[in-house]
Amino acid sequence: MRYWKGFKDGIPIALGYLSVSFAFGIQATALGLTPVQAVLISLLNVTSAGQLAGLQLMAGGAGLAEMALTQLTINLRYALMSISLSQKLDHSMTTPHRLLVSFCNTDEVFAVASSQPGKVGRAYLYGLTNGPFAGWVLGTALGALAGGLLPASVTSALGIAIYGMFIAIVLPPVRAMREVRVVVLMAVIMSCLITFLPALSFISDGFRIIICAVVASALGAWLLPPPENSQPEDGEEALS
Amino acid sequence: MEWSAFFKYVLVMAGVTYLIRMLPLAAIRGKVRSKFLQAFLYYVPYAVLGAMTIPAVFSSTGSLPGAIAGVAAAVVLGWMGKGLLTVAAAACLAAYVVAMILH
Repeated sequence: MRYWKGFKDGIPIALGYLSVSFAFGIQATALGLTPVQAVLISLLNVTSAGQLAGLQLMAGGAGLAEMALTQLTINLRYALMSISLSQKLDHSMTTPHRLLVSFCNTDEVFAVASSQPGKVGRAYLYGLTNGPFAGWVLGTALGALAGGLLPASVTSALGIAIYGMFIAIVLPPVRAMREVRVVVLMAVIMSCLITFLPALSFISDGFRIIICAVVASALGAWLLPPPENSQPEDGEEALS
Repeated sequence: MEWSAFFKYVLVMAGVTYLIRMLPLAAIRGKVRSKFLQAFLYYVPYAVLGAMTIPAVFSSTGSLPGAIAGVAAAVVLGWMGKGLLTVAAAACLAAYVVAMILH
């Protein structure tokens, strides 16, 4: 039952991934990879920005150290998300399951898992990750094999799907809690400053997210402690 | 691309990405006791979402007016507490329609 609850929550992520990975598949074959190679990258990495940067490095014949450092920079935000997620896991998440689920701990999976009331367990997390993983791999294959078939107007409009989902996740707590509202606003302002101020434009997307999340969350924790009952309780998953 | 070169690249990419995700989740077993860290970790997902969405969403569709329409649709429906799929689909539809009208 919890598996299917997770699976249902993962469907919008899977649909968003279909469109994003479709674009990745098109780009990979355009840069000289075979469709099988494009699918292997998606199968083994499950991350959008990191894969896109990796593709460019491969095409440019970069060194392996540069590849490792680029992935570390872009993907370090996942370490922060895994630390946060570690506080949401219930007793069913033993080591083998942690090793498996962390493979698919994407931005979107993390966001949805974090928004669940109480703790989350392995059935829910496998349900939540299976659809997006399948969508990510399938979309890559479709894009690599048949990228030219869809009109560009459709594929570009699909690019907003993931962000629509983010907005749907963040607005209910923003509406309900003043503390969350202030923290999100601080993160958004910093994100815009880093993006648009020429002096800060050397900061990569991965580090922009890390800096905004760490500074806004630390300021929030210091100045506005969250409401007492908002922390996940010990014990089993909450009923929902 | 040559398979030998491809395999080296993809193994480095996948290895680094997996270790970043896996190590904290495998290593941190207990509940964080510090009140400050608890509050910090509670805020992280919301701050991450805010920073990931704005301003990147406005360049996500190749049409700024389309993206603005998509954000407007998502904000109205998200504020009302509609489901993730509904909000995401409405954002795509609004972005598509506005981009079609203007181009």
